[in-house]
Amino acid sequence: MRTKVAITGIGIISSIGKTVEENFHALVSKKSGISRLENFYSKHVNDIKVGEIKHTNEELASLLHLPLEHSYSRTFLLGAYAAKQAVISAQISDINELRTGLISSTSVGGMDLTEKHYKSYDAHPEYLPYIKSHHAGDSTQKIADYIGLKGFATTLSTACSSAANAIMMGATMVENGLLDRVIVGGTDALSKFTINGFKTLMILSDTDNTPFDQNRKGLNLGEAAAYLVLESEYIAQASGKKILAYISGYGNANDAFHQTASSENGEGAYLSMKKAFEKAQIQPSEIDYINAHGTATPNNDLSEGRALLRIFSSVPAFSSTKSYTGHTLAAAAAIEAVYSVLSLQENCIFPTLNFQTPMEEFHLIPATEVYYTPIEHVLSNSFGFGGNCSTLIFSKDL
Amino acid sequence: MKSCFINGIGSVTIQDPSYDLYTSEAQDVSYVNYAQQPSYKELIAPGMSRRMAKGIKMSIYAANQAIQEAQISDLDAILVGTSMGCIEDSEKFLQSVIENDEEYLTPTAFIQSTHNTVAGQLALHWKSNAYNFTFVNGGSSFESALFDAMMQIRFHGAKKILLGGVDEIGSYTYSLFQKIHKVKNAEDLVDFFQPQSAGVPCGEGANFFVLSDDKSEKTYAEVKSVSFINKLYKPAHLWIEDFLVENNIACVDAVILGVNADVNQHAFYEECCNYFRHTPQLYYQHIAGSYDSVSAFGLKVAAEIIKKQQIPAQCMYNQVKANRLESVLLIHQSDLIDYSLTWVTSC
Repeated sequence: MRTKVAITGIGIISSIGKTVEENFHALVSKKSGISRLENFYSKHVNDIKVGEIKHTNEELASLLHLPLEHSYSRTFLLGAYAAKQAVISAQISDINELRTGLISSTSVGGMDLTEKHYKSYDAHPEYLPYIKSHHAGDSTQKIADYIGLKGFATTLSTACSSAANAIMMGATMVENGLLDRVIVGGTDALSKFTINGFKTLMILSDTDNTPFDQNRKGLNLGEAAAYLVLESEYIAQASGKKILAYISGYGNANDAFHQTASSENGEGAYLSMKKAFEKAQIQPSEIDYINAHGTATPNNDLSEGRALLRIFSSVPAFSSTKSYTGHTLAAAAAIEAVYSVLSLQENCIFPTLNFQTPMEEFHLIPATEVYYTPIEHVLSNSFGFGGNCSTLIFSKDL
Repeated sequence: MKSCFINGIGSVTIQDPSYDLYTSEAQDVSYVNYAQQPSYKELIAPGMSRRMAKGIKMSIYAANQAIQEAQISDLDAILVGTSMGCIEDSEKFLQSVIENDEEYLTPTAFIQSTHNTVAGQLALHWKSNAYNFTFVNGGSSFESALFDAMMQIRFHGAKKILLGGVDEIGSYTYSLFQKIHKVKNAEDLVDFFQPQSAGVPCGEGANFFVLSDDKSEKTYAEVKSVSFINKLYKPAHLWIEDFLVENNIACVDAVILGVNADVNQHAFYEECCNYFRHTPQLYYQHIAGSYDSVSAFGLKVAAEIIKKQQIPAQCMYNQVKANRLESVLLIHQSDLIDYSLTWVTSC
């Protein structure tokens, strides 16, 4: 007997705010988090714009009441901050009271520390503890410790769809009774490594990113973390806690076209949406809002747009909130899951910033103003390198 | 509940590509052990092969063996566990970012540094639009992928799954690991029975499986259950007992241990050995070397001994003889975190 998967808590930190409320306020005030890089030096500082969280690692550690002398990567610090908020939001006091798990995701892991200290371990033996913080599982391990979790914990990394896959796996475990509740999401910090990597691919914009615009120049990298608490509906109801939304559908498929580029017709994206609809058992026409992947690269927006046109006979209101936050890689699907939940709760469609000119390949115009309308179902897309395509559907009621 | 059968296996290891558990003699492991690369030219175009990360090539080769053996043509899921992904390319890219001061960089190494590169390349190689996940959870990366594979079969109707574990040795990362004694240094002796030095004899490799809900004449064994935790919060024997009770395991005919010649990690395995002192015990990292996803090689050993109903002499860790090999338990951890138990049976 499958149970429904209820969302009972959300936590987030991004360049548009370090609480759910701050993020919501920025979204409805059309206040972007795109700026110049400040927390570390990169030669490209004047050529790129980023969705950077304007807190240093020391400030984050202090917000978390952690000692300043530590081996914590920024990826962990952001993750711990958002995960803790999610746990508080779900009113969890004893985290090990029920069978609780953590499924996190990251693409950079401890790279921010590794790139800083790479050549200086001999001169600075005090940096040696950082060596073990490099691998991706380290941040998950430490987040579990920080929230006091002694249970199932694992880490996914499928590039820019990572957090969607963590959410999907958590939903499978809860609906089949393998866990009573699970904290799912992702975290990624900005690093010189990713900035230079995306720079070599020539998909970084030197201006604020402009999703679905004819003249889009590429993406802005961002950093963020967000987590959701998923619970079995029975358990959430028995505890009398407020259910924020449900996960009703999910799907993952592979584009199997190219390691970094998306196919012409958006095959992977089409298939992941199709699977999500099959799982949710709703029709595409029932979707009220699409939080698109919408990275603002020429390739993504064209491929995603084509996939949307294939699956929707009439494409509903859609936007890319990456115009606010930048592309936060492994965390992107998690922060956009939080925005999807907010859309359902507030009956609100968030706009795409900076949009001016429709793309010439098709007639798809993203929402450009905030507007309030009844929202029952939200679809969120996330696509990553390696052809990895994921879709989540969030619903108000089931 | 649907069953999860192992119907095909493929490997690239530190041993010769023709290495066989029963008929070959394994080369002794040293403090560092690089995989012996098979010929890739029948599988991968030479132009591509030159640019392709070692982890991808090893995985395509091992996956191809598993797929050929299972005689399947399409896949319902591709699942990979890797602690570090294609770490050589991560190093290469980071090195050039630092040395060239963020200039004159090319994308290949960056692209291959992405953790899910292997799973993505497997999808490209087999033109598979299927579900495609990569787990990166240190010493339980492979177990995480196995766990998800079992969920895909049981709950999402998957019938044929390509599952694997892969890790590379990156020379700079390796040198950093030597500094903190996570891996052995040249002067350290490698002793799996009475280790005297810290660090593991580092290895690398790719071990892939075809899992299916359907038993065939190729079937090796059935994976019944896998469980993993990030930290051990109780004595090892109590943790094992809990697993045996939860899974109604009345009898374990053999245990396969992840002993890794690290003096600091040995006490855990000694506790396991003591608990299973009347049970045949096996080890395998003296054949495969030690790396986070090497437990996939352990699963291969489990599958082979169940199929052959015989323990290869070179894998015996104690002197207890096996009467039968119907129920086998794998015990693994890495660096005293990421503990896992995997139960495999005959079918």
